[in-house]
Amino acid sequence: MKKFFAQAYLWLLLALLYAPILIIAIFSFTEAKVLGNWTGFSTKLYTSLFQSGAHHSLVSAIENTLIIALISAGVSTLLGSIAAIGIDRLRGHKRAVLNTLNNIPMLNPDIITGISLFLLFVSFGISQGYTTVILAHITFCTPYVVLCVLPRLQQMNPNIFEAALDLGATPFQALRKVLIPEIKPGMISGFILAFTLSIDDFAVTIFTIGTEGLETLSTFIYADARKGGLTPELRPLSTIIFATVLLLLVVINIRAERNRRKEEEETAR
Amino acid sequence: MKWLSKMFMKRSSWSFPYFLFLLLFVVLPLVLIGIYAFQDDAGKFTFANFSKFISNPEAANTFVYSIGIAIITTILCIVLGYPAAYILSNRSLCRSRVMVVLFILPMWINILVRTLATVALFDFMHLPLGEGALIFGMVYNFLPFMIYPIYNTMSKMDHSYIEAAQDLGANPLTVFTKVVLPLSMPGVMSGVMMVFMPTISTFAIAELLTMNNIKLFGTTIQENINNGMWNYGAALSLIMLVIIFATDLFSDNEEEMASNEGGII
Repeated sequence: MKKFFAQAYLWLLLALLYAPILIIAIFSFTEAKVLGNWTGFSTKLYTSLFQSGAHHSLVSAIENTLIIALISAGVSTLLGSIAAIGIDRLRGHKRAVLNTLNNIPMLNPDIITGISLFLLFVSFGISQGYTTVILAHITFCTPYVVLCVLPRLQQMNPNIFEAALDLGATPFQALRKVLIPEIKPGMISGFILAFTLSIDDFAVTIFTIGTEGLETLSTFIYADARKGGLTPELRPLSTIIFATVLLLLVVINIRAERNRRKEEEETAR
Repeated sequence: MKWLSKMFMKRSSWSFPYFLFLLLFVVLPLVLIGIYAFQDDAGKFTFANFSKFISNPEAANTFVYSIGIAIITTILCIVLGYPAAYILSNRSLCRSRVMVVLFILPMWINILVRTLATVALFDFMHLPLGEGALIFGMVYNFLPFMIYPIYNTMSKMDHSYIEAAQDLGANPLTVFTKVVLPLSMPGVMSGVMMVFMPTISTFAIAELLTMNNIKLFGTTIQENINNGMWNYGAALSLIMLVIIFATDLFSDNEEEMASNEGGII
């Protein structure tokens, strides 16, 4: 009985959480301009989303979002991993300073990060565009990469790296053959995290994107919503994004669960 | 070249580039907020921006109103999220981990897409946009950020404490109030941090959910910056920073908070 109520509560809450996105998904399969009108089943919005030329600004906004996310996630992963390797060896006072600095971008609300970077760029007369958005995204993504990589280094036996050096490996070889394989899982999850953070970002982007007409998905939706009417093609787009993320996370977690069970079985044996 | 290879050998110095990066892109920008906040348009030192905030009823009212909305949102998130986290972490009530993923998933969807969906829902149900929609939208957006840290703390909880309390004759209510609740408080605290601050500081969400009728503090800041009132905007940002610092003082588990956010993948 208790279990029944518990399950019922969870499903009710899930229904509430998913109702909005479900409505968008349902109405992505009709042609009506206004959401809520049903003019029969149609996949026209999906085809017109992918037609080149028809919704040029939306498609280029998606492209910009992906390019910015790829570059900033890549640079953040590199910068963050190198930093983590260093921080792992820092002690005491210096380490505390770096940890605190690393925490600031994660604790600051996005709007503060956005405005502070905006003031930095205007103070130095840097014109805003692709570069400034990417720099801003690297700023708020790298701390998460550091936090993904650092635990891997702390779990690692510190003597292995020294052993490699003693056995005649060059520092570069020791890095490539010993250190990097060890921190690779952390780097991968850091990259994925940075990538999604970058795609999701709105508040920092809008302050650093400038007024040259560069748009990411977030700023496109914002501008579109402010104009009053929402582009109907946003409905299939949201549905696709939602379905992709859902699929990805469920697959990752089912695989993780399967691995865990396998491990449990093996240790039981 | 020699000093370069020496630096390369000493691993602690690998953190140096990132240190410089942080100084340039984190510390300096924050210092700039402080400088701009105490300057007038001509760049002279002044307190005018702050006296403007105190004497200007609109900005001050927005500030108080935003804190009110943030408190309501946070409380609703705790009331709705705590039982959910409790059930999710309890193996006898919920065995599937996919359920947890379903609750966290909305965290990974663009916040504007989510807000758009909320507006669509209200349109669809013919409900008016306004304060109700605003609070619904905020809870909808931030509930996963409350559930996940509480769930995380609860699933790491040592169950022998609960068993010990039961063995010593505590009834279920006492077990909950004296054991489970205190042990889950760190999770609730990170949840509060992850819900309260974003609620005050968001700007687009409030605009979209209320057809631009209700302003939150974040909106006020953004409007001032957009209209070229950088100094006043910086002063308002500084006020927000002070609040963050104050909320931060009573909970200092940033690392746990961050690992909560990143832990799911």
